[in-house]
Amino acid sequence: MSEVVKKFMYLNRKAPYGTIYAWEALEVVLIGAAFDQDVSVVFIDDGVYQLTKGQDTKGIGMKNFSPTYRTLGDYEVKKIYVDRASLEARGLSQDDLVEVAWEDFETEEEIDNIVEVIDSARVSELMNESDVIFSF
Amino acid sequence: MSILHTVNKSPFERNALDSCLKFATDGSALLLFEDGIYAALKGTSVESPMSDAVGRLKVYVLGPDLKARGFAEDRIVEGISVVDYAGFVDLAAESDKVQAWL
Repeated sequence: MSEVVKKFMYLNRKAPYGTIYAWEALEVVLIGAAFDQDVSVVFIDDGVYQLTKGQDTKGIGMKNFSPTYRTLGDYEVKKIYVDRASLEARGLSQDDLVEVAWEDFETEEEIDNIVEVIDSARVSELMNESDVIFSF
Repeated sequence: MSILHTVNKSPFERNALDSCLKFATDGSALLLFEDGIYAALKGTSVESPMSDAVGRLKVYVLGPDLKARGFAEDRIVEGISVVDYAGFVDLAAESDKVQAWL
C-alpha cells in the first residue's frame, strides 16, 4: 500500500434508481476502501435521497442497494456527511435516513451512527480540506 | 382533447416539472414517476406549486417508484392519487395523447 494518505471526498448529488450515478459512486467507494485513504462520503442536493430508510425496489425490478450504505463502516469509511439545507428543502430530517454503525476491530471503539448532518458552510470547508474530490 | 403529462425527473435537479405545470391546462392529468415522485412529497420546497396543481389537474404518482425510494403513501401531498403500473396504462389509454416531460 501507498504510504501517502490522501483525503478523498466522494461527493454525491444524485437520487438513486433514476440514474446510475448513485450505484456507481457506491461501487467506487467500496473499491477505494482497498487503498487505505482518509475517506469521507458526502451527500448533498438530491444525493440525500440515497440514504432514505425503507427503500423497497421489488416493484420496479431493480436491485435495492440501500442496505450497502449500512456496511460502509466495515469498509473503513468513518465519515459520512449530509447537507442539512438539502434535507430541509426536501422535507426530510435525520430520522428519515439510515444509520451507519462503525467499529474499530483492533481497539473495539464503536460508534452507533457515523451519519452526520452538517451545515453547508461545513461542507465547503470539507471540500477545501480534501486532496481529491470524486464527484457523482 | 385530454393530455396525460408525465414527469420522471426530480424537481430539484431539472425544470421538467416547472415546464409541465406551466403548459398543462386545467383538467389534464399529471403522472409523477421515477425521480419525478419526489415532487409528490409533503414538506418540500415545491409543495406549494404542487398543491396548486392538485387544484386544477388530476395528479397521480406511481406507487412502486415511491416505495423503491423509501416513501410510504402517507408522505404524499393531499389530493395526489397513487397508481400502479396497470393504472399508468389505463391513464395513457384514457388520454388522447401523452406528453412526456423528459
